[in-house]
Amino acid sequence: MAEVAEKKNEPKLTKKDFTSDQLVRWCPGCGDYSILSAMTNALPQLDIPREDYVFVSGIGCAARFPYYMNTYGFHTIHGRGPAVATGVKLANPKLSVWEIQGDGDALAIGGNHFIHALRRNIDINILLFNNEIYGLTKGQYSPTSPTGLVTKSTPFGAVERPFHAGELVIGAQGTYYARTIDTNPKLMTEIFVKAAKHVGTSMVEILQNCVIFNDDAHGKVTDRANRDDFQLHIEHGQPMLFGKEKQKGLRLNGLKLEVVTLGENGISEKDILVHDAHEQDSTLHMMLVRLSPPHFPMVLGVVRDVEAPAYSHKLEAEIELSRKKSNYTCMDDLLNSGETWEVK
Amino acid sequence: MSETLANGKKTTVEKDKVVLRFAGDSGDGMQLTGSQFSFTSALFGNDLATFPDFPAEIRAPLGTVEGVSGFQVQIGQVDIYTPGDLADVLVAMNPAALMSNLRYARMGGTIILDMDAFDKRNIEKAGFKNNPVEDGSLDAYNIVEAPISSLTKTALEGIQLDNKSIMRCKNMFALGMMYWLFDRSLSETEKYLDSKFKKTPALAEANKKALHTGFHFAETIEALPSMYKVPAAKIEKGKYRHISGNVATAWGFMAAAEKMGKKIFYGSYPITPASDILHELSKHKHLGVITLQAEDEIAAVCSAIGASYAGQIGLTASSGPGIALKGEAIGLAIMAEIPLIVVDVQRGGPSTGLPTKTEQADINIALYGRNSESPCIVLAASTPSDCFEFAYMATKLAYEHMTPVILLTDGYLANGSEPWKYPKMEELPAITIPVAQSNGEAYLPYLRNKETLARYWAVPGMAGMEHRIGGLEKQENTGNVSYDPINHENMVKVRAEKVERVANYIPELKVMGEGKGKLLVVGWGGTYGSLHTSVTELRKAGKDVDQAHFNYINPLPKNTEQLFSNYEQIVVCELNMGQFASHLRSKFPKLNIKSYTKIQGLPFTVTELKENFLNLLKD
Repeated sequence: MAEVAEKKNEPKLTKKDFTSDQLVRWCPGCGDYSILSAMTNALPQLDIPREDYVFVSGIGCAARFPYYMNTYGFHTIHGRGPAVATGVKLANPKLSVWEIQGDGDALAIGGNHFIHALRRNIDINILLFNNEIYGLTKGQYSPTSPTGLVTKSTPFGAVERPFHAGELVIGAQGTYYARTIDTNPKLMTEIFVKAAKHVGTSMVEILQNCVIFNDDAHGKVTDRANRDDFQLHIEHGQPMLFGKEKQKGLRLNGLKLEVVTLGENGISEKDILVHDAHEQDSTLHMMLVRLSPPHFPMVLGVVRDVEAPAYSHKLEAEIELSRKKSNYTCMDDLLNSGETWEVK
Repeated sequence: MSETLANGKKTTVEKDKVVLRFAGDSGDGMQLTGSQFSFTSALFGNDLATFPDFPAEIRAPLGTVEGVSGFQVQIGQVDIYTPGDLADVLVAMNPAALMSNLRYARMGGTIILDMDAFDKRNIEKAGFKNNPVEDGSLDAYNIVEAPISSLTKTALEGIQLDNKSIMRCKNMFALGMMYWLFDRSLSETEKYLDSKFKKTPALAEANKKALHTGFHFAETIEALPSMYKVPAAKIEKGKYRHISGNVATAWGFMAAAEKMGKKIFYGSYPITPASDILHELSKHKHLGVITLQAEDEIAAVCSAIGASYAGQIGLTASSGPGIALKGEAIGLAIMAEIPLIVVDVQRGGPSTGLPTKTEQADINIALYGRNSESPCIVLAASTPSDCFEFAYMATKLAYEHMTPVILLTDGYLANGSEPWKYPKMEELPAITIPVAQSNGEAYLPYLRNKETLARYWAVPGMAGMEHRIGGLEKQENTGNVSYDPINHENMVKVRAEKVERVANYIPELKVMGEGKGKLLVVGWGGTYGSLHTSVTELRKAGKDVDQAHFNYINPLPKNTEQLFSNYEQIVVCELNMGQFASHLRSKFPKLNIKSYTKIQGLPFTVTELKENFLNLLKD
């Protein structure tokens, strides 16, 4: 968030300060628990008073999140969270606004609001809990379900192609995209803190497991046996290395990325791509978000974090321009302006 | 019309009120011509009302009936409440304009035609079989054949302008003729042209020259033997300005915001005929107005709800199709008990319907158009200028009672304009929001004021009052999610009761007339002018008829039933299939309520209303 209130003298907030008194009602084993925990760990690290946090959500399992945070919270209607959050932020730019969505909420019924929040660069943080399934309606395929997925509404397998959230973010000129995973609380907390500090719409995709309707959807990436080979943790300014011994890396071969191994065919660390999250040109970021097993690792971390003015900053400039261009400062002035006449 | 005097001087005919109608191609500048005439007449001291009648197509093919744009204005030395039924003077710039506007010309009235446009091709394009000027079909009118185009061209010879720009001055020629006919000064329009064409003096010069040429032409021709004299009206003292319904709506909200010391957040998606509210509000950012042109109607209302949740004034407007899309979100604001104002500038429907024509068929969607038990406060403005008052009141009620308000206007009010005696800010009523006070105990988001049942409001940024709300049913007081059956029933009833109790805070219904008798004419919203004029004229003729007009639709004024029961007959007049009549019947089943309706995309005419009322009085 751009505006950080200065309240240095007050006691530091703790995880407990952000935990609400409500019984958490997600299914046992749901990935949402660890996301909630990571969030209550992240917020005390930010220098923002508790009353300035607002959690907004739409509908779905993920959308119950605000009830479990001891902050201001607004559980709205299906898919419309980004629109409500836009209004909250523009009405009071001082607030730190977090918008919680599931994959159906964000990318199906609310797809339009999702891309337009990003296009406008509203200074909010959107968290997408992506479990590739509809949970609250009990197990239909979602816009991120892989083709062929057998669900209650696709007994013969889903015929549609899935959306990749990162591609939509970049296509909508998003200024911040990070991907993390519910099995890695440390990475989640770290990314939430970074997302909060980004000016503009921060979009964090969390690969989240639905233990009931789509268990192990992200298994390829999370399995203990595979994860070193299938997770590439990127950091700005660092080479894109992965594998148990960090012996594998990504390099650009023509217009395509390829996996190479250090020491093989004369490959050394200088051949490996160095991540630049701040690069305005999104071409490489787009290539990174598309990677997935089995031929590539899944990229985790902050893929894109570029500077661009947030909507509310532009709005402030517009208000100033309006003030300069007009010759009235209140309603009485306006009522008396232009063509008026007096009947005596 | 009187004859030319023997000495060649022209006579003057004094009139209480006169109706003018300008009609031409969409590109002919008829709206500008009409509004200039109106403004000049207002400055002269007439009361007046205007009605622009334009096509949905921006520029339909030249010379076709589909592309005709019209502007009607009634001016008077008496109070004017409508733009008038039929035109005493019609200006038709081409055959298509005549074809589509002849029905609005009074038999015996004057029709001024640009004869240069009456060639074979245009006559056929307009759908006439023969030249109407020659075949006798216009014998019932006083036809003035004026070569407007060619005279404009001749007059502007020597001015360095292309032919297209020169031809665009012909509307000023026509306006000049009208200024002569009504003995008006050219100076206000000249001032306007100078300022409009400040950067291109040649255009200002050309337009002014066309205006003068038209004026002198009218003075000279024999076909216009007399001038009309419509003296200044006796108008209440005060400061006036012209205002259209949509601008008045925008300003009413801005006035309420200033009174409350809050910002306006206006979320909106462009739609005819509501877009002018967005255009107007977006001009005044430094007065604390934020406008967001949203990605769709749903985002428009949802962003407004977000802004309201965050403590500012959440506002959205649309027309019927957009209101249909906003329904679920309005339900959220009802459930969460968040203030919100939704303006419905009604137009002809269903579906896309008649985008630029007026109708009053959205009262049902305003009252009933959401899932489950979800009552809204519903208000309706009744004249272009009182859109200001009801926008202000809509805001006041939404924030004092913590619930959404739907404000109904319509295309006729939105685009119509009239002189308005505007208020001072200090004269407007105070607005008191039920803000939660910190008392050391835990904040209860659904604790209520005992009188209004409005909840006490805490917004983000208020320390120590952090809480969660949403669209799920909530436990009373705490607002925690609750599926308890008895609690649900209680909460549904308390939300409804809260809206019902608004009746304690709105004015009682008034009648114009005796307060009892044979016939009560009932209307709501934008039909006020024609109903008022009809009833006034019948009462002058000694008929036993009163008028009552509703601005508060839900809840109804408390005295409604008692007042209605003083009449032998009640007739509800509305531009739909009888929606308000049905609503009133369901509220007051003992009363015999009749319905009189019109569904043509047009306002009532005074003539048809009077005829209907006279028939009822015979019964």
